[in-house]
Amino acid sequence: MALLTLQGVTKRFGGLVANNNVSFTVEEGEILGLIGPNGAGKSTLFEQITGFYPPTAGRIRFRDHDLVGLRPDQVNRLGIGRTFQKVRPFLGMTVIENVMVAAMQYDPNPVKARRDARTFLEIFELADKQDTGARSLSIGERKRLEMARAMATKPRLLLLDEVTGGVDQRTIPMLLQLISRLRKEQGLTLVVIEHNMRVIMSISDRIVALHLGEVIADGPPAQVVKEHRVIEAYLGDAFVVPAAGEVPGR
Amino acid sequence: MATTGTVEATTHGSGSRRTFGLILLGLLVAVALAFPIVFQLPYHRDLAIKVLLFAMLAQAWNILAGYCGQVSLGHAVFFGTGAYTSSVLQMAWGVNPWFGMVIGVVLAVALSQVIGYPCFRLRGHYFAIATIAIGEIIHTLAINWEFIGGARGLTLPIQRDSLAAFQFHSTKYLYYYIILGLMSLCFYITWRIERARLGYYLKAVREDGAAAQSVGISITKYKLMAMALSAGFMAAGGTFYAQYVLYLDPDSVFPLSLSILVCLLTVVGGTGTLWGPLVGSALMLPLSEFTRIKWGGTGSAVDLLIYGALLTIMAVFQPAGLVGMFRRWGRR
Repeated sequence: MALLTLQGVTKRFGGLVANNNVSFTVEEGEILGLIGPNGAGKSTLFEQITGFYPPTAGRIRFRDHDLVGLRPDQVNRLGIGRTFQKVRPFLGMTVIENVMVAAMQYDPNPVKARRDARTFLEIFELADKQDTGARSLSIGERKRLEMARAMATKPRLLLLDEVTGGVDQRTIPMLLQLISRLRKEQGLTLVVIEHNMRVIMSISDRIVALHLGEVIADGPPAQVVKEHRVIEAYLGDAFVVPAAGEVPGR
Repeated sequence: MATTGTVEATTHGSGSRRTFGLILLGLLVAVALAFPIVFQLPYHRDLAIKVLLFAMLAQAWNILAGYCGQVSLGHAVFFGTGAYTSSVLQMAWGVNPWFGMVIGVVLAVALSQVIGYPCFRLRGHYFAIATIAIGEIIHTLAINWEFIGGARGLTLPIQRDSLAAFQFHSTKYLYYYIILGLMSLCFYITWRIERARLGYYLKAVREDGAAAQSVGISITKYKLMAMALSAGFMAAGGTFYAQYVLYLDPDSVFPLSLSILVCLLTVVGGTGTLWGPLVGSALMLPLSEFTRIKWGGTGSAVDLLIYGALLTIMAVFQPAGLVGMFRRWGRR
């Protein structure tokens, strides 16, 4: 059985349709890449899975639970962690306190939560900054802090919203390594929103492409990037190269 | 074991700083206990009682606004609820004021949940505005409610001096020790909260509600908890005030100016810090008394000018409050 199932998820903001009848599944243990041009409705989908926006229509199931109607904190306690597209660390706290707050879900005792938090900071290579204020971190460090914070709630499914966005090119490989390590060591399932095509191609087991709120492709990376509708969505139909024996895009 | 030691040390500050803190706390307690013995004048004792009362009220406000980030400007509601509950119970049914204080606290906590639940849907300024409106509504209701004395207010029946009756006439210093005890309890609980999960959760809600939710924190639940604690201490302060002054009317226990004062004292001292409310109260109340005596009086209002100027300076240059300023110096 799929870990997460989206069924006909639709989100309208007034007249704007952000997601239209989106259906796909996420299997246990896989890394699913979610791609699509700006405004395709990727982040809106995350907001609905995590309970921040209620869907206008459709069903979202995680394990045996119906997520629609749950609050974000309830969704997290069921085992879904997330990061934000625009990072949201607790700026007035130190780095380790940021992670402690998350770890306290399992260990109310601050001393123990601190020990827990420390191990996550080590994984995300922030241990040497543990007592600095979150405010003084760089963007890349903030993104890692958010991942550490989300992981400290011990999720089974982690939703990452553009973790490489605005990050120094040299640190991207390190982030990717971390992501594959998390899957291997923690048995984590991930849904990753990414703009960087090289990144998404290298880490995803499967890719779902969105365009104008709808799913336009769902399959293995190599196949999805060759889909006419995906190339068309990103670059316009002038760039669609007809493959031998195929009829060019409409 | 060595790792536990370092964890402890980093959580609660290094050893020497801890010792320094304990010495400072010991001195503070000694000064507080000795105050009415050293200062015999009723005027000084009255001022000290006000400082302690307002330190407690400011701390109550600080739990909700400083730690949890929900700025309320209607906190007089809970102060008035405490003052009126114990007083009306006492006058109508002869209920002991200590017991009345407990009932006042319970009522204020219940009221805080009724007010908080809808208001916490509002964010930032809108929450503050809603609390002002509710404060004024309840103030007006109290003025027009004849059963509790209406605009004329209530004069509590005079009784013989005793701790049980919560009244002292020959020597007022017992009031001083009662409020010192209440305030200490309030500060102790705040100190415990600061070090517990609740404190971390409240700060997380203050820093970023959405991020707090994303790590499993129910923001409504924790805002309501902060509100309950805050309202409870306000109400306890209200009963103390009623027993101390033995007269109350809506304008003395429900005014907007009271709500604003507890906010200002905390802002000057340092919001979201344990000692901020005491520092603010201990500095600003004597200052306002002093300037009023020195330059106040008919129409000159120099005292208010100085008070206002100080607040403006603090807000502009030292938004972290005096405690925040000392901390920065301490780190250098």
